[in-house]
Amino acid sequence: MTEEQQPCVQPSKGPIGISEIDDSEPSQGRNNQEVSKMLARVGKPAPDFEANAYVDGKFKTVKLSDFKGQWVTLCFYPGDFTFV
Amino acid sequence: MTAVAVKHDELKALGVQVLSVSTDSHFTHKIWQEEELSRMVDGGVPFPMLSDQGGRIGKVYGVYDEDAGVDIRGRFLIDPDGVIQAMEILTPPVGRNVSELIRQVQAFKHVRETGEATPSGWTPGKATLKPGPDLVGKVWKVWKPEKAF
Repeated sequence: MTEEQQPCVQPSKGPIGISEIDDSEPSQGRNNQEVSKMLARVGKPAPDFEANAYVDGKFKTVKLSDFKGQWVTLCFYPGDFTFV
Repeated sequence: MTAVAVKHDELKALGVQVLSVSTDSHFTHKIWQEEELSRMVDGGVPFPMLSDQGGRIGKVYGVYDEDAGVDIRGRFLIDPDGVIQAMEILTPPVGRNVSELIRQVQAFKHVRETGEATPSGWTPGKATLKPGPDLVGKVWKVWKPEKAF
């Protein structure tokens, strides 16, 4: 985790190391934003990613692979300020 | 999310790092923590709150709802080698059960440490199974479905 000075918009890498989306397509113009295929499978490596995060009162960049060597629970939820 | 926060000590004791993820910005996470979560849980949620703006991470994990533009409820348990051991995905109106997450962590840790298998409904202290030729066709001798509950 690296702490950073935060500009208004801080792009993060999102999914890392995922490029083989469709081999029949030329690689031109391909980037991570085109990924829409589910890659997560039980028994397979968790797809790595980098995300902006709020941690202990600070803004940091968090990478999933930073936590290798420990158990991780990744909890997705629909949104802040929702009810469940 | 606050339910996970309440059980965080227990998860931490099991060596589990929790990361929450939504499509909200990290700025929104900060205000949610300060305005609401900190009033529901002492000290607020104690784990990193990640931002998945655009749902790029959610898409790869199969939890991004294109129509709503949000990540739906998905929970992934990842082992120390970075391998996904369990996943659970629910539609938004039903929340998850943190106690079941804890049970699964205990079971996966036990399996990893011992090479044994944990039958349905296993909790620490209950009998495990030792997979091998001797057990084939003989599970009925050592385990009954009633033991799952």
